[in-house]
Amino acid sequence: MNHHAIWSIYYFEMHRFLRTAFQSIATPVITTSLYFVVFGAAIGSRMSDVGGVSYGAFIVPGLIMLSLFSESINNGSFGIHIQKFTGTVYELLSAPVSAMELVVGFTGASATKSIMIGVVTLLTASLFVPLQVLHPWWMVAFLVLTSVSFSLFGFILGIWAKGWEQLSIIPMLVVTPLTFLGGAFYSIDMLPPTWRTITLFNPVVYLISGFRWSFYGTSDVGVEISLAMTLVFLGICLATVAWIFKTGYRLKN
Amino acid sequence: MASVLSISNLTKTYASGLQALKSVSLEIQKGEIFALLGPNGAGKTTLINIVCGIVTPSTGTVTAAGHDIQRDYRAARMKIGLVPQELHVDMFEKVIATVTYSRGLFGKPANPAHIEKVLRDLSLWDKRNDKLMTLSGGMKRRVMIAKALSHEPEILFLDEPTAGVDVELRRDMWTLVRNLREQGVTIILTTHYIDEAEEMADRIGVITRGELILTEDKTTLLQKLGRKQLILQLQEPMNAVPAELAEWRLALRAGGNELEYTFDAKSEQHGISSLLRRMGDLGIGYKDLHTDQSSLEDIFVDLVHDKGGAAR
Ligand SMILES: Nc1ncnc2c1ncn2[C@@H]1O[C@H](COP(=O)(O)OP(=O)(O)OP(=O)(O)O)[C@@H](O)[C@H]1O
Ligand SMILES: [Mg+2]
Repeated sequence: MNHHAIWSIYYFEMHRFLRTAFQSIATPVITTSLYFVVFGAAIGSRMSDVGGVSYGAFIVPGLIMLSLFSESINNGSFGIHIQKFTGTVYELLSAPVSAMELVVGFTGASATKSIMIGVVTLLTASLFVPLQVLHPWWMVAFLVLTSVSFSLFGFILGIWAKGWEQLSIIPMLVVTPLTFLGGAFYSIDMLPPTWRTITLFNPVVYLISGFRWSFYGTSDVGVEISLAMTLVFLGICLATVAWIFKTGYRLKN
Repeated sequence: MASVLSISNLTKTYASGLQALKSVSLEIQKGEIFALLGPNGAGKTTLINIVCGIVTPSTGTVTAAGHDIQRDYRAARMKIGLVPQELHVDMFEKVIATVTYSRGLFGKPANPAHIEKVLRDLSLWDKRNDKLMTLSGGMKRRVMIAKALSHEPEILFLDEPTAGVDVELRRDMWTLVRNLREQGVTIILTTHYIDEAEEMADRIGVITRGELILTEDKTTLLQKLGRKQLILQLQEPMNAVPAELAEWRLALRAGGNELEYTFDAKSEQHGISSLLRRMGDLGIGYKDLHTDQSSLEDIFVDLVHDKGGAAR
């Protein structure tokens, strides 16, 4: 186990993040605040409570998840993609580092950033609406698992993408629609039955639902199912990463 | 001396179908400086990148410091340092940060004293807190070398270390290489400057079109490189070289069926045309002619050409 390498990569990535800490933190804070102004104050005041929770409070877990998704994917993909882009990846490839160590270093750093941003988003939200967290440990668990899974997903994207366009297309074409249709702003009970069924094929529903449950104890689907789905997603990402390194896919000639 | 790097039957066919290496075998002795020469696209970088783990070989095996580079990649790579041909650096990082990072990546515990020594040796110490993007190209190359030396490798690959660097840095590089050799580091470098190989290398390998066509001691090779043979297949065998052709100092081969003319490839006045004219005058016919080591000559001319457009 080359723990020096894991630590080096982690430190290096965190360092890169801290260099731009202000932008990194400011963006989600501003975005979240905007959501609260629009959905919480302007529209939320005219909405009825959802499952006994005020609309403004109801959307908080979904919003945090939204920023977790995008931050994790961005952070997870950027670190490795820029190295491929600039060619500095030669050093990673020639280093005595196993695939797992590489992944732990990169996604560890990416997930750390995402969790930090998730917490900042949560704190920002608490300025606008009264929050309660019924199951704090579960909340942390979902926060961490989601950050790790999506960082891994981002890492895969970063390796797969041949250019910056490709890098942004998946989040734009796939992830954003899935999150918006994933029950961040509504309970899926509000949907007509057909749409509800269709929605259940959206993995994001389970993540948001489970996360919201940890706040208010109410959920669209069972928390066990949410957890299971998160783990399945994590498993798929891990398997993909293992395959990438085994075959050298888009990394080596 | 023991072999520290052993390459056997290495081939590489890129996804494009291009065969960049055709069964290359090579033994590098511990502590030697080996220079790999060859024209552009010969496969030098491919060979180095395979040993360093950046390119996957199609077939063949490589052991570095006794470790198979694929099965036992961790142990093998810890012993290897690479300065690639292209400049790839983290533009936004500081010099010392990027060098320290490299050491960690190669599994060594932090050692600020060693990093300082490496940076001082490369005259980078004063620039340690500068961001890489503010450095000149030659300075960036020094940083790449510092990165490669950060983990105290036993085998160092320098892929065209002196391409595009000024005279001073070139001299510094030579000194550095010699110092490293004194510390027991084995060095494999590629270059297009034949004088550089002459100056530094103990042994020279010439690669062209994916084939290692020769490996030789520098001194032996330099004698060979300067010579070239023209072989004439005669229409009628002869018993002795005619006296009229004495000035070319020809040798008779293949039972009198071939005439062999050895000349200095470097000299402009090699006398081939006058020889052929004289033979015509004497009525000595030949069926065919070819030059021996012509590919070596190609390479040589190519190298000499690069050096400053000298002979051709
Ligand atoms: N990634 C790649 N995909 C396809 N072909 C490649 C790739 N990299 C190199 N080649 C080809 O392999 C051959 C050998 O290239 P290589 O870079 O090893 O040459 P070289 O001897 O280092 O040349 P130079 O002196 O120009 O650096 C060339 O024909 C090159 O075009
Ligand atoms: Mg090259």
